[in-house]
Amino acid sequence: MIDNTDAVKLLDSKREDSVFVATMNANNVNFGLPSVTTNEDLDFPISGAMGKASSVGLGLALAQPDRKIMVLDGDGSLLMNLGAMVTLASKAPTNIYHFLFDNGVYAVTGGQPVPGSEKTDWADMARAAGYATTFDFDNIEDLATGIEEVLSSPGPVFVRLAITPEIENTPVQFRPRASRSVLTAFRDLPKALGNE
Amino acid sequence: MTTQEAVLHPAAIVEELKRNGFTHVVWLPDSETNFMYQLLTSEPSLDLVPVCREGETMAIAAGLWVGGKKPVVLIQNTGIFESGDSIRGLGLDVNQPLVMLVGYRGWSRHGITNDSAARFIEHILHAWGITYYLIETDDDADRISNALEEAERTRKPVAVLVGTEFGA
Repeated sequence: MIDNTDAVKLLDSKREDSVFVATMNANNVNFGLPSVTTNEDLDFPISGAMGKASSVGLGLALAQPDRKIMVLDGDGSLLMNLGAMVTLASKAPTNIYHFLFDNGVYAVTGGQPVPGSEKTDWADMARAAGYATTFDFDNIEDLATGIEEVLSSPGPVFVRLAITPEIENTPVQFRPRASRSVLTAFRDLPKALGNE
Repeated sequence: MTTQEAVLHPAAIVEELKRNGFTHVVWLPDSETNFMYQLLTSEPSLDLVPVCREGETMAIAAGLWVGGKKPVVLIQNTGIFESGDSIRGLGLDVNQPLVMLVGYRGWSRHGITNDSAARFIEHILHAWGITYYLIETDDDADRISNALEEAERTRKPVAVLVGTEFGA
């Protein structure tokens, strides 16, 4: 299994001028992207979107074909919007990298298992949906070794990461909030991308 | 006005989209707007983004807009119901200036419609505070320009209800 923070830290270290579209645990303020980011101006946090991170990423990838778009998704999230895998693979931008943080649970609601957590083969599902290349990593060493191949592969690329669950039991109103929200990112990203 | 004159032709809509500089049409086909498909696919200035379910459209449009493009959504009123949380979270909450062309299934000005998709849609848009315009004929197509102007001025989604089936 891969530690959530180790995963986002490794991906962030390879970002160059990529935009990160991150949701749920990958975007957790304590142990997700906001805790390690080296270029917050190009982070697009997605919250309260019922699994639409990859859809936002698809739009960005189509609009910015010369820039890598890294989607950091959750398994419970993607299950809410499963058709998006086919939509994305059908449009097939070559600059999108869809990382699935697969921890098998709804971590922000107390750790209940997501449907199919013991059965679903995400890499097979992505391959069947039409992603150009798929990868599956269950330890940080292999991810560190394989990340160059991942990012040099033409997209759409799907990467399933087996992530150690980090359960949140603090009531929502008492959880710390990241300074950068989906609203501030939506307002500020166009300028950061040179569109204003 | 004769029946022939009352028909809305897809070319009128596509010309309006081109005139306003839209770059992408994010859509799921419906029976009110399906006749646009051939024209849309043959129009080089518009990139068609087909989706599997309507809630994807506002999210894809959000990414396109942030990335510097000008998307328009094209779905049916039933799809608006399906898209509720996307409209809330990635439309209204982020101030997305999005024009949504919405096939008005069940629309009739000839008595009460039995189609709940028609009976509920305007109430739902009112509940969200989303302004809407109605298009029935070619003469109405410029209401897309009105909708875009309002969406950009208010930084909110605006709907354009397509209340007739297209002519060939």
